[in-house]
Amino acid sequence: MSEATEKPRMPDECGVPDPMPLMHPMMRENYGAWSWHDRPRPGVLHHVAKSGDEIWTVKAGTQRQMDLGTVRNLCDIADEMADGHVRFTTRSNIEFMVTDESRVVPLIEKLESEGYPVGGTGNSISMISHTQGWLHCDIPGTDASGVVKSLMDEIYHDFRHEEMPNRVKITTSCCQINCGGQGDIAINIQHTKPPVINHDLVSNVCERPSVVARCPVAAIRPALVNGKPSLEVDEKKCICCGACYPPCPPMQINDPENSVLAIWVGGKHSSTRTKPTFHKLVISGLPNNAPRWPEVAEVVKRILAAYKEDGRPWERMSEWIDRIGWPRFFEMTSLPFTKHHIEDWRGGRNALNQSSHVHF
Amino acid sequence: MAKQMPKTPLLDQLESGPWPSFVTGLKKLANDEDKQYAPMVKSLLGQLEHSYDTRKGYWKGGTVGVRGYGGGVIPRFSEVAGNYPESSEFHTMRVMPPAGMHYDTKTLRDLCDIWEKYGSGLIAFHGQSGDIMFQGISSANIQACFDEMNEMGFDLGGAGAAVRTSMSCVGAARCEQSNYDEARAMRTVINNLLDDMHRPSLPYKIKFKFSGCANDCVNASHRSDVAVLGTWRDDIKVDQEKVKAFVAENGRKMVNDQVINMCPTRALSLNDDDTLDVDNRSCVRCMHCINVMTKALSPGDDKGISILVGGKRTLKIGDLMGSMIVPFMKLESDEDFEKLTELTEEMLEFFAENALEHERTGEMIDRIGLVNYLDALGLEVDPNMVAHPRTSSYVRMDDWAEEADKWNQRKANSAAAE
Repeated sequence: MSEATEKPRMPDECGVPDPMPLMHPMMRENYGAWSWHDRPRPGVLHHVAKSGDEIWTVKAGTQRQMDLGTVRNLCDIADEMADGHVRFTTRSNIEFMVTDESRVVPLIEKLESEGYPVGGTGNSISMISHTQGWLHCDIPGTDASGVVKSLMDEIYHDFRHEEMPNRVKITTSCCQINCGGQGDIAINIQHTKPPVINHDLVSNVCERPSVVARCPVAAIRPALVNGKPSLEVDEKKCICCGACYPPCPPMQINDPENSVLAIWVGGKHSSTRTKPTFHKLVISGLPNNAPRWPEVAEVVKRILAAYKEDGRPWERMSEWIDRIGWPRFFEMTSLPFTKHHIEDWRGGRNALNQSSHVHF
Repeated sequence: MAKQMPKTPLLDQLESGPWPSFVTGLKKLANDEDKQYAPMVKSLLGQLEHSYDTRKGYWKGGTVGVRGYGGGVIPRFSEVAGNYPESSEFHTMRVMPPAGMHYDTKTLRDLCDIWEKYGSGLIAFHGQSGDIMFQGISSANIQACFDEMNEMGFDLGGAGAAVRTSMSCVGAARCEQSNYDEARAMRTVINNLLDDMHRPSLPYKIKFKFSGCANDCVNASHRSDVAVLGTWRDDIKVDQEKVKAFVAENGRKMVNDQVINMCPTRALSLNDDDTLDVDNRSCVRCMHCINVMTKALSPGDDKGISILVGGKRTLKIGDLMGSMIVPFMKLESDEDFEKLTELTEEMLEFFAENALEHERTGEMIDRIGLVNYLDALGLEVDPNMVAHPRTSSYVRMDDWAEEADKWNQRKANSAAAE
């Protein structure tokens, strides 16, 4: 049979792979039968199974966007020192497991000597959650990998030490869709000008009714511009969110000067103690200053310093602010409080202080 | 002559500092002169430097895929291909990792070897949805690359208006706080919905995530339309001798400040003999005391799951948290897993038929009301579904007596069953 008449290979829809053959054998053997854990030092977890088996996990930071050499180097370390198994965490840290306490320190030394910081456990600042940015996204207002690298350089000490009141989860998002999710600190693009429309392209590139439907404030309407079907934006209504840009790339929202960075605090995913919370705006207008975003780093460090100094053990960022109140937060961080901090989106009244409680 | 390395004065500044640098990694790939990917990565570095210089992105979408599937590859074509021709096509393949993201090194090395042949050499472990992201491949190489990974037992993940790649926490594999078999639940649910992952035809994306307890290490409550969280319904397990030891080691002030007083429902009290009182009917299984006293306290034995629906990010009505629709369900027997499979199928079906274009589950529920969603799924109302009952009187309630009867009947039935 000639190649041309061979049936093309169709995919094997095998779905999510079974982790059992891949995980560390001690984890497989004690699956669902663990008893307790502690953290003997930053970057290390120690789990004890009901069987009496003990496993030590060493957690290390990576750049997430890894080259083949880095992945193979991590494999070499795992083969040499950690039984040939690894796992990755939600925040792109890598974990090596060993079954003998004496192997922990040499593993840490090896990882750090190869450039992978060990930490990210307990009340440290873990790896920043990371989107795609200029490297690969089709709508980014800024980069992701560069912002994360710059900030992780600045908070390196607090990744490797457990000195914060509780864990700190930082996120970045390169547009207002907020792919980074909720964070104790979220660093997100904020557009400040309406989209700039290339009317020559709209009718060819965009499905106009779905672009109209995408706008959260009904500011977009169909229009004839220079005799061509296009779209126009009511700039008085426009909130500059950029929702129209993904379905209609000729409605360019990104701007080197007017797409700025905003910082939000107090987001929390877990239901631990308090219910999950959304992050809240604390400052906008920071310049998108590649390659190291020093203005953003300065504010983030200021917020972290206030929290580190004043937060009580186990208080997440949102719980700390709940206790001290927003006036004290703005005072301690020397950030301005403006009319833009007052919510006017749907349900905004719920964000007002509907009480006589005042912080002095 | 080999393609020249582009000048990257801005990116070069991201090579200093203690954190691992992705720029250094990219340069290593670009300098692998004998590899097929070197010219592509040099070109990519040129375009990325251009982005840093002009503060703008230069990728656009398109249509690229593998035979038999309608999604799973994120097409990226350069808008500035004239200046950076070798990376004019730089697509991402989203590949689903093993549940819990466990690997042996042979698997990772085999994936690297395939990617070395066909791709850019750049891999992200992992994307925000949980995929292994193989970033940077030409249209021509995708099919062969996928075929080899697929032969290894890996499959493409979701993209577009589809069931998306899922995540489960480390869970039962290494955590005593796990309340169900997260990996099995994740694989059972997702592998049953692969048709809607690989052939996107839903109103918009739908995500499922699986965390073993309220600590929610995979951020399911906010970052998935359907969050499956572990919990238990009997009493917290207390080892009073270990409580005493903890108090002796840390002092009463620490225990009062950091455990007792941080309980969100005031369900804890330290006794005069340094043992712990737990008001289990008031406890909401938030995990705090168990997180602090890992040896003395642990989840109960009657474990199961809660299900929250509607979590999502900002587009279009603003970020939403998931809200409770199944306060408790056992997840141990094959029948329990079958029940979860059926429920998630019904959720998907109802979403497919009722959501508007580009509307997520949470937005749909906002529009139609939670009660209509519960009716469709055959779930009965429960006070655990609300933060508090209605505060507005603007509602028509002429069927009050019937509805109250339903509740009383349910109570009577469950009392009879006990």
